[in-house]
Amino acid sequence: MKAQIETFKRYKYLLINLIEKDIKLKYRRSVLGILWSVLNPLLMMIVISAVFSNIFKVNIENFPIYYLTGSTLFNMLSETTNYSMMSILESSSLIKKVYIPKYIFPLEKCMFGLVNFLFSMIAVAFMYVILGYPIYWTVLLFPIPVIYTLVFSIGLGLILSALSVFFRDIIHLYSVLLTAWTYFTPIMYPYDILNDKIKIIMHLNPMFHYVKYFRDVLMYKTVPSLETNLLCLSIAFGTLILGILFFKSKQDKFILYI
Amino acid sequence: MKNIIEVKNVEMHFNMSKEKIDNLKEYFIKLFKRQLMYEDFVALDKVSVNVKKGEVFGIVGRNGSGKSTLLKAISGILKPSAGIIKVNGSIAPLIELGAGFDLDLTARENIFLNGSVLGFSNNLISEKFDEIVEFSELRNFLDVPMKNYSSGMVARIGFAVATMVKPDILIVDEILSVGDFLFQQKCERRINDLMQGGTTVLIVSHMLEQIRRLCSRVMWLDKGKTKMIGETKSVCDAYESCV
Ligand SMILES: Nc1ncnc2c1ncn2[C@@H]1O[C@H](COP(=O)(O)OP(=O)(O)O)[C@@H](O)[C@H]1O
Ligand SMILES: [Mg+2]
Repeated sequence: MKAQIETFKRYKYLLINLIEKDIKLKYRRSVLGILWSVLNPLLMMIVISAVFSNIFKVNIENFPIYYLTGSTLFNMLSETTNYSMMSILESSSLIKKVYIPKYIFPLEKCMFGLVNFLFSMIAVAFMYVILGYPIYWTVLLFPIPVIYTLVFSIGLGLILSALSVFFRDIIHLYSVLLTAWTYFTPIMYPYDILNDKIKIIMHLNPMFHYVKYFRDVLMYKTVPSLETNLLCLSIAFGTLILGILFFKSKQDKFILYI
Repeated sequence: MKNIIEVKNVEMHFNMSKEKIDNLKEYFIKLFKRQLMYEDFVALDKVSVNVKKGEVFGIVGRNGSGKSTLLKAISGILKPSAGIIKVNGSIAPLIELGAGFDLDLTARENIFLNGSVLGFSNNLISEKFDEIVEFSELRNFLDVPMKNYSSGMVARIGFAVATMVKPDILIVDEILSVGDFLFQQKCERRINDLMQGGTTVLIVSHMLEQIRRLCSRVMWLDKGKTKMIGETKSVCDAYESCV
């Protein structure tokens, strides 16, 4: 354990430099880069709002904010897990030539996803101002659901990154799964329209709890209960521990398959 | 003198089955038909060797005899299938120069990235930055993306970064044969400096005269087995008369 902390300290700079590299490469290519990561959620919001409130007549108060908060958080999960899934395969040339603790790669991708998420939170703040939506003190609690989601994503990312080394078709399977997952999370529709059976199943969806928590503090001036926090915490850290154990048991074999 | 590297009965097995399964679909089909193949290939067969602190140790052998595999196992890149490897000290692996360079980044950015790949802090790299630039003689190209570099230029930076801090062990796999003659000389000089400072060096090279010039002891690997370990002259002579 102590040795592992020492190793992590030694490779801390690698983590930082890799994040910096990803940010540079993403945003240097175009001046529009940063602007785009703010504009993209806004444009999506306008389209989805138009479709859902006018055509489907979904009745949600403040639909634009409702959609934007949900999709921004879900998007973090989708980016972090997608990037980490590819991270070991993409770093194969490095892994074959230097010893590096391999978890650095999925972990780095999750932190990069977090940075992108923080950029798109600018879009959310922007919409609050434009729409004159009230800002409650509970907004200050927003890092909590973000941390839960991030920890959950790291756990899932570790599992996916190890699996994709041995089974490349996991990449396609996961993209399908992720699409289904997006629809199975109340991002564009309210939880209340679901029937009772589906409501029960919905509680098995970790992202349902995190998105709800996120909206509670951002939109509804609600401080989630202790039980909610314990539930969110156990899902996140349970997944993380599972991810670490799985990754650890497979990491020595990576080099034979990449 | 103390052993800085101890390799004991190390075996490395690879699966050489022609059809490598890398997706779930095939995996389940083969599992169902009970056709999961495993064709054992022994790249290292019970290899044992000790290297003492401060030694310059050479490894020779034909292509495919397991030299790189042994170096990778010692560096911690490959985990041996069996046996024990003990290493007491920091390793600078020069397995392929410029591993971890991102060619879309500039040389300046890559120096930091590559330094941290080897576990150096950003402060330390800043401190050594001028030295690295001077050694690689690329001052005028620092802010150019590295995709515009020749492979020789990439190798120069890679070597400079990897040797910027005196490592306890330097591992050199065939890299002294890349780049131009002047660069090779420069690298040899740097390796000599490190040796004077007490660094242990492991060298693989197909240029036998280089091994003769630099090494104090040599190991001859043949098809994954140790054929001979001993004084440079006797091992090199034996190897030469055989090929
Ligand atoms: N990851 C791997 N998977 C399968 N076979 C491998 C792998 N790495 C090396 N080998 C095999 O092990 C043998 C020894 O390779 P290597 O150590 O690179 O030889 P050398 O460096 O002496 O030329 C070769 O036959 C090579 O094909
Ligand atoms: Mg080799």
